[in-house]
Amino acid sequence: MRVPLNWLADYVDLPANTDPHALAAEFAGIGLEEEDFFGPETTGPLVVGRVLDLVKEEHSNGKTINWCRVDVGPEHNEALDDPKDPQPGPEVPSRGIICGAHNFVPGDLIVACLPGAVLPGDFAIAARKTYGHTSDGMICSAKELGLGEDHDGIIVLSDLDLTGEPGDDAIALLGLDQVTLDVNVTPDRGYQLSMRGIAREYAQMKGQTFTDIGSPTTAEVNAPTDDGFPVVIDDANPIHEVPGCDQFTALQVTGLDPTAKTPFWMQRRLQQAGMRPISLTVDVTNYVMLELGQPLHAYDTALLGDEIVVRRAQAGEKFTTLDDIERTLDAEDLLITDRGGKGGQIIGLAGVMGGAAVEVGDETTDVVIEAAHFDPISIARTSRRHRLSSEASRRFERGVDPKLGPVAARRCADLLVELGGGTLSPATTQIGQAPEPTVIELPVERVSSLVGVDYSTAEVTGLLESIGATVEIVAQGRLAVTVPSWRTDITDNVDLIEEVARTGGYDRIPSVQPAARAGSGLTLAQRTRRRVSNLLAADGFTEVLSYPFTNDKRDDQLRLETDDVRRKHVRLANPMSEDLPLMRTNLLSTLVDLVVRNLGRGAKDVALFEAGLVSTSAGLPDGPGPRHLPGYHPSDEELEAIYASVPHQPYHYAGIIAGNVELPGVWGKGRRAEAADVIDTVRRIAKTNGLDVTVEADQISPWHPGRAAKFVLADGQNLGHAGELHPKVCENLALPSRTVAFEIDLDALLAQQDLRSWGGALSTFPVSRQDVALVVDAELPTQTLAATLREGAGEELELLETFDLYTGDQLPEGKKSLAFRLTFRAPDRTLKADEASAMREAATALAAERHGAEVRS
Amino acid sequence: MTDQLDPLDESAVKQAVDAALSAFADAHSLDELKQAKIDHTGDKSPLALANRAIGGLDKADKAAAGKIVGKSRGQVKQAHDARLAELEAERDAAVLIEEAIDVTLPSNRRQLGARHPLSLIQEQAADYFIGLGWEVAEGPEIESEWLNFDALNFGPDHPARQMQDTFFVDPPEAGLVLRTHTSPVQSRSLLERGVPLYVVCPGKTFRTDELDATHTPVFHQIEGIAIDKGLTMANLQGTLDGFAREMFGPESKTRLRPSFFPFTEPSAEMDFWFPNKVGGPGWIEWGGCGMVHPNVLRAAGIDPDVYQGFAFGMGIERTLMLREGINDMHDMVEGDVRFSARFGMKA
Repeated sequence: MRVPLNWLADYVDLPANTDPHALAAEFAGIGLEEEDFFGPETTGPLVVGRVLDLVKEEHSNGKTINWCRVDVGPEHNEALDDPKDPQPGPEVPSRGIICGAHNFVPGDLIVACLPGAVLPGDFAIAARKTYGHTSDGMICSAKELGLGEDHDGIIVLSDLDLTGEPGDDAIALLGLDQVTLDVNVTPDRGYQLSMRGIAREYAQMKGQTFTDIGSPTTAEVNAPTDDGFPVVIDDANPIHEVPGCDQFTALQVTGLDPTAKTPFWMQRRLQQAGMRPISLTVDVTNYVMLELGQPLHAYDTALLGDEIVVRRAQAGEKFTTLDDIERTLDAEDLLITDRGGKGGQIIGLAGVMGGAAVEVGDETTDVVIEAAHFDPISIARTSRRHRLSSEASRRFERGVDPKLGPVAARRCADLLVELGGGTLSPATTQIGQAPEPTVIELPVERVSSLVGVDYSTAEVTGLLESIGATVEIVAQGRLAVTVPSWRTDITDNVDLIEEVARTGGYDRIPSVQPAARAGSGLTLAQRTRRRVSNLLAADGFTEVLSYPFTNDKRDDQLRLETDDVRRKHVRLANPMSEDLPLMRTNLLSTLVDLVVRNLGRGAKDVALFEAGLVSTSAGLPDGPGPRHLPGYHPSDEELEAIYASVPHQPYHYAGIIAGNVELPGVWGKGRRAEAADVIDTVRRIAKTNGLDVTVEADQISPWHPGRAAKFVLADGQNLGHAGELHPKVCENLALPSRTVAFEIDLDALLAQQDLRSWGGALSTFPVSRQDVALVVDAELPTQTLAATLREGAGEELELLETFDLYTGDQLPEGKKSLAFRLTFRAPDRTLKADEASAMREAATALAAERHGAEVRS
Repeated sequence: MTDQLDPLDESAVKQAVDAALSAFADAHSLDELKQAKIDHTGDKSPLALANRAIGGLDKADKAAAGKIVGKSRGQVKQAHDARLAELEAERDAAVLIEEAIDVTLPSNRRQLGARHPLSLIQEQAADYFIGLGWEVAEGPEIESEWLNFDALNFGPDHPARQMQDTFFVDPPEAGLVLRTHTSPVQSRSLLERGVPLYVVCPGKTFRTDELDATHTPVFHQIEGIAIDKGLTMANLQGTLDGFAREMFGPESKTRLRPSFFPFTEPSAEMDFWFPNKVGGPGWIEWGGCGMVHPNVLRAAGIDPDVYQGFAFGMGIERTLMLREGINDMHDMVEGDVRFSARFGMKA
């Protein structure tokens, strides 16, 4: 809401020396945050001038200009003409100014800016040579002074009903020194979208007595008559059973002078408030809307049918609004229409925007003024449906004072009569009336106990009265508060409490840190995530956060099978980009993009990890989701349905390494990341969380079919996968070949029981180490052979290390040799060499039996 | 050195001792010392010969000669051992000096990773509140419309429920959105944990804003809610002041300005006092807050006449940007390793 301060001063005591920035800060303190500030942009000398003489000179470019002698007052006139460049007409003290406009004649009072002046847009004025003369200043147009878009001619003061003497300060005369504050009105406070509402806030803020210009008890209103302009409200389709229009006031003014112009002061205020002057009738309706907050509409009576009908649209009906856009209407759109006589058409989208049919124009002499009250939800839906927000719809959506219609209609009519010379007809239509005011009971103690400030009953009463409420003390410490008609936002006693806190000042609220109940710290899941993230960062991975949006093409690039559950995406109805309509089901699908981006930016060896939620549409119930209104507490079954409507969203970790895992340097060559690196990463994640995982070979996209590991947890759940990416996947995504990656489901890890047990005191007897190499089939997983050796070696085997893998000429085709070191230790004695050897032999015997393993000599 | 030394000739013995001591002193390497030792204490050295000669002396002279020669040999051995220790120490020191390396050579054989500062700042905030006895709650990012809006007193016609602000899941009738704030976790916590409740909810949130210097469609918030008997706006102010000190230094504090949110009443915008603000200390908008609206409590089955409390929320990105002087959102969301690397494991 733009608040011209000189306008505000009409209603409140606003001292002339008010610092507008300090006022903006005060307004912010009561909830009107400063949005913008429009201060003076013109500095002098800008003076009234009288054109004494002019000659028209045609120039070779085809333009005719005026060479003028202008009297700019004794203080600014030059005593003598420049002998080389005399001004036109008899020589008197004056200035010579070139002007290209032609809407003035000698004798007119104009506005001249003189060298040294600065106009809006930092436009500095200096004497300059032009068209063969020295122009010693400039005769100003309205646009040059920021007074509107009119650039067809210069300002002639008589056109603005202004006058003065040459040399008078034109900055003050035109109000160019005025300040406008633009304050942000929160969506609950429709009443603040008016000078009336802002003035009330100012008055309560300053403790001034406020005279309400919008009150039907003090302002003049017409008494309803039976012969008012016929209006029918016919709402066949109310929303939530609320009628779309519950009040309609119509007044008639006849005999307006169609040539009457809007006075300068009103044009100026409209511009300062951000609206464009159009014609007297339209300007007056807008002016009254800005002043009181009631949107109004004036129809040309001569073009109107016999009666106005307010009705809902037929679905599919067409209507062209004043912005020249044809709208296809919805059955919920509320319309103003006419019928009978010349009527039979739609004349407006109620409360949003009119059409051209019955608009006032250059020949309008009689008007019907509409001041109606519409259902905020109906207006809001129409405005959004048609993406059409207007000054009227903004106000109706936020709630217009239901008592305001008759006051605003009369104010509008009075201004039209005053400025346009018409007559107000006593015939007055009044359909519907304002609802009974809301009365809310408020215990004073409740105010203090919520805000934390001790307010007395007198203070609470005073503050609530300052916002326009009527307060009655019904019992000791209990108030009955009658909510003012314009405060449709106040429905509950907490709304009143907010008003007390707000008008009393939030700065009075002390700072008291509450003592919380004892908490139980971070959860196991939270602690685990920190542990895993820190482990990965210390292991060389950099944490990144990729956007979770993806598409089917990415699934193809990752070579996911058509029936892969990872293709079951949650789809967005309104994605940021039609290219990315799906929510990711796995982190790798979006993380790969960041690897490519880093490489593209010159990084050589990139190791990234991401932690976060992924989702799946698998298992989602069909059909519409549960709906309940605010304040409703769902039953247990209803809550279950709400929770069940939400997709499963497990917490994943994924990591990718492209390039070296050990860097080349002064120490020697680097080492490229290989599948074993990320397999080990997952093992380390499990191990740091006290869990053992079993590794199995797996064939699953997007990994290399022969270089992917699956991790199985003790309870059989799948933790995830790690390995080298499929060469085609690397190619599809422009990743370096042999990029390695892992992805795990942390929720599966968290679901594990801790199976660790304390096996008694640590033995301090010496160890006995035994090495053995076994030749087995090349396909036999090392983990399987190792498990057999462990089983065969018995309880004294403390450690089993695999220290060599050999395949080659010295072995038969299809065989490999694995070398193990077995470390034995007994809990109660030093093992003898032959005891340890016997244990080793037991191990290899079992391996021979199970896997045909031969001891390699 | 074949001159037979008379073991009774005290001055001759002393001469031999002096010769040995000076030879040891002159030895500048372990080899030279070894040679000097052979020369002056070896089998054919004067002192050895003198010692051997004692055996042939009269019984009466034996004791005297033994005393003279024994004392001298002891003196020589002591001098030798001292010099040996000296020379060995010198040799050891020289070896260590030779083995010196250039400790400034690069040693980064393995890259160090880093945490994302947005994660770290959420952890810092969580730790602060854990320290106060609060708990950290979480919830899904794809959320039921009821929990994201209705349970928080956003009516069906609230502007935030329009497609221009909120990501809706297809089909929209399914009633699912990408949560537009962390506030649905408030409702989940109220429903699942009950009251009294003191929780913060950090997490990822979504709005349909194009990525630019100050907006990103995917961002993070931290939300706090405290519901108990007798909590007031003064407690809200106190909680925010403490949190501001944690995030922005001991001189920070907060200021409340009236505002509007559907889920709080009274509602406030919150500014914090930023001592390190570019261009001088000043107030900076940080987030929104207020006393939890009775309808939010009712939706969770909690009696608003018995329990009351406050809630607040602020943007994590904004907090990080202000604190670190970052003026473009792009670096925070594009995943460039150089950005996180600057923070390491601590934001």
